[in-house]
Amino acid sequence: MSTATAPPLASDGIKREKLANAVIRFCGDSGDGMQVTGSQFTNTAALFGNDLATFPDFPAEIRAPQGTLPGVSGFQVNFSSEQVFTPGDSVDVLIAMNPAALKTNIADLKTGGILIINADSFGEVDLKKAKLKTNPLDDGSLSGYRVFAVELLKLTKAAVKDVGLDAKSVDRSKNFFSLGMCYWLFDRSLDGTLRWIDEKFKGKVAEANKLTLKAGYAYCDATEAYQTAAYEVAPARLVPGTYRNLSGNNALAMGLVAASERSGLPLFLGSYPITPASDILHELAMYKNFGVVTFQAEDEIAAVSSAIGASYGGLLATTTTSGPGMALKMEAIGLAVSVELPLVICNIQRGGPSTGLPTKTEQADLFQALFGRNSEAPLPVIAPATPGDCFWVALEACRIALKYMTPVIILSDGYLANGAEPWRVPGLDELPAFPTRFRTDPEGFQPFMRDPATLARPWAVPGTPGLEHRIGGIEKQDVTGNINYEPENHDRMVRLRAAKVAGVVQDIPDVVPAGDPEGDLVIVGWGSTHGSITAALHALRAKGHKIGHIHIRHLNPLPKNLGEAMKRYKKILVPEMNLGQLAFILRGLFVVDAISYSKVEGKPFKQSEIENKVLEVLK
Amino acid sequence: MTAAVPLTRKDFQTDQEVRWCPGCGDYAILAAVQSVFPELGVPREKFAMVSGIGCSSRFPYYMNTFGFHTIHGRAPAVATGLKVARPDLEVWVATGDGDSLSIGGNHTIHMLRRNVGLKVLLFNNRIYGLTKGQYSPTSEVGKKAKSTPFGSVDRPFAPLALALGAGATFIARSVDVIQPHLKTTLKRVASHKGTAFTEILQNCNIFNDGAWDRIAEKDVRDDNLLLLEHGKPLIFGKTKDKGIRQTGFDIEVVTLGDGASEADLLVHNEQHPSPAYAYMLASMDSRPGFPTPVGVLRAVDVPAYENLVNGQVQQVITQKGRGDLGKLLRGPETWEVS
Repeated sequence: MSTATAPPLASDGIKREKLANAVIRFCGDSGDGMQVTGSQFTNTAALFGNDLATFPDFPAEIRAPQGTLPGVSGFQVNFSSEQVFTPGDSVDVLIAMNPAALKTNIADLKTGGILIINADSFGEVDLKKAKLKTNPLDDGSLSGYRVFAVELLKLTKAAVKDVGLDAKSVDRSKNFFSLGMCYWLFDRSLDGTLRWIDEKFKGKVAEANKLTLKAGYAYCDATEAYQTAAYEVAPARLVPGTYRNLSGNNALAMGLVAASERSGLPLFLGSYPITPASDILHELAMYKNFGVVTFQAEDEIAAVSSAIGASYGGLLATTTTSGPGMALKMEAIGLAVSVELPLVICNIQRGGPSTGLPTKTEQADLFQALFGRNSEAPLPVIAPATPGDCFWVALEACRIALKYMTPVIILSDGYLANGAEPWRVPGLDELPAFPTRFRTDPEGFQPFMRDPATLARPWAVPGTPGLEHRIGGIEKQDVTGNINYEPENHDRMVRLRAAKVAGVVQDIPDVVPAGDPEGDLVIVGWGSTHGSITAALHALRAKGHKIGHIHIRHLNPLPKNLGEAMKRYKKILVPEMNLGQLAFILRGLFVVDAISYSKVEGKPFKQSEIENKVLEVLK
Repeated sequence: MTAAVPLTRKDFQTDQEVRWCPGCGDYAILAAVQSVFPELGVPREKFAMVSGIGCSSRFPYYMNTFGFHTIHGRAPAVATGLKVARPDLEVWVATGDGDSLSIGGNHTIHMLRRNVGLKVLLFNNRIYGLTKGQYSPTSEVGKKAKSTPFGSVDRPFAPLALALGAGATFIARSVDVIQPHLKTTLKRVASHKGTAFTEILQNCNIFNDGAWDRIAEKDVRDDNLLLLEHGKPLIFGKTKDKGIRQTGFDIEVVTLGDGASEADLLVHNEQHPSPAYAYMLASMDSRPGFPTPVGVLRAVDVPAYENLVNGQVQQVITQKGRGDLGKLLRGPETWEVS
């Protein structure tokens, strides 16, 4: 088999079983470094050339009491020699660092799956914290799995005994032992992680982490029992190109920078920290050498308001948040609708209502995005389908905002934000260019005159001689923008603003169903359900079902052929991580019998759940 | 830039019908601003007036500059974004006691904390005007208003003391009807780098008429106004016979000649090393027998926020070189699929 670089410690002659794909889940205490471990495995698999999808799942508490059930943090990665659409319904290899992690995750491990357990954390106290009456290691409950109980801490201590590290730091290194084991199981190079350790850590800690990683690898290599658990997952045949591993929030941040470069406008981000959107702020704060200004505002309202101020001044302005923050921003977004300034609002949806489930995913803010403002205040709404797609959606949102002088909402979610996938790096010539023109000519200028094609008003920024004018949230007279309370004028302005947003439909692509273009059933989805639906579609069509999949990217305005495209199927199934918001809209707008399939568990759909639902509806 | 014809007051007037109530103090403030702006040597298009909601916030419509009438309380936030985005602009904020101290209190304190280069005109009439007469966060205890028929039990803010608490680098106070003083103060406001926070005592003749009579009426005001001048002793009174003397950590009003001379008085220092001095001035008139200080209470040099923000961006560009989008997209590690 071919690897980029040969594993440094690999011994010859191991017979490795070939797998098309494998799903690994690392789970442990929130302090056990499971997110780091999972991310490292993901990067290594990506660099090797596997297609993959990840699902980081962690508690809202930074450090819940150690060893307890609420403190369990997990990271799942599905890596494959074929195309991957989801993180996987069930798990082939489960690494459980303590009884609580074992208890909360064991149900997802396939029968016969590999279970690596940190045997050092199954003492009486540990079991009690996990509310276990008997020890799973010897009560027979794990007989259906291939259990490897490893004394992770003891082995880690032995590996680093010469480094002279304190006990706490040694304990923190043990996740690298399990990572080293996984690298051996799947014949992966340690190089990427060794490099990363050197970049991330210094001195003794770096040394200890590297030794532990290598020790985990060597331990499997030297232990006979593991020789039957050696696998290989060949690289995937992806579209040719240069690839990188990318999460949704990183993709969104890069998309905003790309839009700034392509529009020739400096980027301004006004933001207030909120899970799971904060990483976009963190990411953009690092890109100051692109001329990016990040403003950590005093609250959500100031975040969006400052962005409106920056937009008024002629910058490409954006604000990032999640549901509760979105609720706070709505009055200001209404102002942006009213004064018709470009603004990109990124809502990384999470479980709600109110504080809800901050670290879990949901897509229940669709109604809020479409209808959450007072009065008639329509604006374009776009949703990315995959982590990498967040990049393209950011560009698209900026393009529309600038061209139509309107706020645009991006509806991402926690699953896309934290999930990662291999992403083909586009050439700069593949990125749309959308040069922006400010109004500079005072001749015939009126602040609310409109481009006949787009109905956009001119962008006349302060500092432009002869264009002094006033704008505001009070109703404006058509064309002049002066305060006006006349009934006919208000009616005209409400309709003009709505027509402008509706007119964006001319500028967005028609939907093209995946799978069968007509048939017994179409699955209509939006946002992060793309992966599960696609996987289910492939499986069902392979069994001979005549079904299609329409994934809606532009949620307002909806693509103009949507109604006609849906009506080519006998049945319409709409899976959503909400109680049927898109289904409600489709029923209302197209008078079709859209069947809602709802799940609001804070977790993405499994492929099997969608498959089963389709089969049930087709009966 | 062409050597422009000097601007006049008329250049700053709009064709919009002014819709404040006849007799409103806002007219006097508008007149003062329109007469000061031409003297600042700033091209008209470089001015941006930003406001929130309330009577005072209609101000931008009457100024022939760029203007943005935003939403209730958010003017400092919108203006902060504008000023950071466009440090070349002269951004003025028109706001009221309800707008900036109640619904927008958070933005006000954070604007001051950051020292954003904004000129803030706080029209303090101690009442909600546009919503027709409810008590405001600067109304006195016991205020009988529409929402407090039995009198308000709320304690009021002293706006300038609040500003100092938030780290204000410039605070001033003036009175709508005392035009020469107001204009002089506005010029000082215009020249400050950082947030210039100005309380303008303004009369709402409909809902709170006479709120400032003690300070505004010609026959009594000299006894109640303390005109601050940097380097001059704190003297007030119709016959300039009274002064402010320090007693330990406190102050007292003394009558000159009556056991006290000018040499005993506090001397005004806008740049006093301790903000406690300005706090003493800002809250003085809440005590019986004390005058209301007007003028510049404090003016210290602290770098303006927008310069720090943009300076940091430039510094990173200098250090790292201008960002390369292609490199950014490729990220730390890539692999090839052929």
